[in-house]
Amino acid sequence: MGKAYKYGDNVDTDVIIPARYLNLIEPADLSKHAMEDIDADFVRTVKPGDVIVAGSNFGSGSSREQAPIVLKESGLAAVIAPSFARIFYRNAFNIGFPILESREAASAIEAGDEIEIDFAGGVIANRTKGETYQAEPLPEFMRGLIESGGLVDYVKARR
Amino acid sequence: MTNKAPMTMTQKILAAHAGLDFVHPGQFIEAGLDVCLANDITGPPAALEFEKMGGGDVFDCTKVVLTPDHFTPNKDIQAASLSKALREFAKEKGIVNYYEVGQVGIEHAFLPEQGLVTAGDVVIGGDSHTCTYGALGAFSTGVGATDVAGGMALGKSWFRVPSAIRFVLRGKPGEWVSGKDVILSIIGRIGVDGALYQSMEFAGDGVAALSMDDRFTIANMAIEAGAKNGIFPVDTRTREYLAAHPCTAPGMEKHPREFAADEDAAYDSVVEIDLSALRPTVAFPSLPGNTKTIDEAAALSVKIDQAVIGSCTNGRFSDMETAARILKGRKVADGVRCIIVPATQQIYLDCVRKGCAEIFVEAGCVFSPPTCGPCMGGHMGVLAEGERAVSTTNRNFVGRMGHTRSEVYLASPAVAAASAVTGVLTDPGTLV
Repeated sequence: MGKAYKYGDNVDTDVIIPARYLNLIEPADLSKHAMEDIDADFVRTVKPGDVIVAGSNFGSGSSREQAPIVLKESGLAAVIAPSFARIFYRNAFNIGFPILESREAASAIEAGDEIEIDFAGGVIANRTKGETYQAEPLPEFMRGLIESGGLVDYVKARR
Repeated sequence: MTNKAPMTMTQKILAAHAGLDFVHPGQFIEAGLDVCLANDITGPPAALEFEKMGGGDVFDCTKVVLTPDHFTPNKDIQAASLSKALREFAKEKGIVNYYEVGQVGIEHAFLPEQGLVTAGDVVIGGDSHTCTYGALGAFSTGVGATDVAGGMALGKSWFRVPSAIRFVLRGKPGEWVSGKDVILSIIGRIGVDGALYQSMEFAGDGVAALSMDDRFTIANMAIEAGAKNGIFPVDTRTREYLAAHPCTAPGMEKHPREFAADEDAAYDSVVEIDLSALRPTVAFPSLPGNTKTIDEAAALSVKIDQAVIGSCTNGRFSDMETAARILKGRKVADGVRCIIVPATQQIYLDCVRKGCAEIFVEAGCVFSPPTCGPCMGGHMGVLAEGERAVSTTNRNFVGRMGHTRSEVYLASPAVAAASAVTGVLTDPGTLV
């Protein structure tokens, strides 16, 4: 369980991790700057299990895998949004960071709400409001990718 | 029930590379790769993931292309360390197409120029603007570092087959209207997620009126509408371009394959664009879809501190020529910095030989070697708090070129050059 951070539409990879820090490679170094151009308090206040709830087209812009990496490294449990930019979506699965598509959850959840997620069933529970929301089911291929341990293990098994 | 069903151009290329007669939107396939690309930002993490996948040899040492172009010439020690890691990986794996600083250019101008991508190819690249090669009739798309690593290991990558939006282009663009204005006006119309997960397939008699450089610019910014790829049909201009840019990389042979969408292919929607009705277009902060015509923009007297002309979007020689045409015999306005970045060494040399370089320097511009630097606030023109730039690059997100309270206005080389001269957003037609 964790609290929700709430952001708007089109949260882009340049605010998730600004390009000026992409000269760093260690996730621990990069994550000190997560979200800083949109929310200067994020890094100071985020706790393991917290979630980001955002508007449509989350993760738009660059292909930098450092974007889902810094969110994962920050301890976030997941990002919930009505839709994700396609490279971010792909990168998140490849590195094993959960993202959930739910228009209902994205509009109902407010900043600070306590959120608990059942990943197996795709059920998002809002403990503050006493509501639950169903996330879009994952395509079978994406489930398989997660079950095989992400893309690294998927590729390793096929070489 | 027949197993033959109409396909879009993108679907046909993917089917051919997956060894299938037919693919349908939403289908997950595995397609063979003709090129797997990475740069100095995405290559080093891809190299780390590659080792986690078991290391060893890459699938084909001629089909991996590595271009240190982002923070190069190295802007600081950390960037130098990344470049060094990329260089060492290339050497260890015997990668033929590693291009050192001094040879390399901005990747999406460089690869077509060097003939490393051709019509009908499937290309993935660790850079979101990899979609540029759709101008050549190739399927190309941006991916993250782990996907690049997987591509280097297997020579294949998984894709969810996209559906498409068909953009029917009609007529000819007017003077000072370029590919940049076409794509900015399209993004302004459909929005920054208007083509999410989809292909943008361009068609219509207006395609013939667009130069290859215009097409590169348009395909380059398909990602700014959320698209998986943007793609143009192959025509006489494409064939001439490919013939003029043969691949000379050792051991790498390129064979163009022409694919065309079926007449009865299904599209999610069809958008008609009258090229003759377009005006030079500017995207205001902080989304590429936040567009105004130059007439609306000029009426607002938007003062600028910096103009940047270059990038994978607009750093080609025709862009340099356009800027030179406007800057010739003029001076950059007091208090404005104008930074011009040709995208490759060949374009740099052409600028020197054909007089553009002299015009730029005499006008008071910085004439830079190829680098992605200023586009994403890396180096070579970072903005301070409160500063404003007009830029021919592709993104104007918050903080993109520097301070979070700086602003970027996206425009064509003609608008950027005219604005550099006047110090405010300016219609090039009123200047020349």
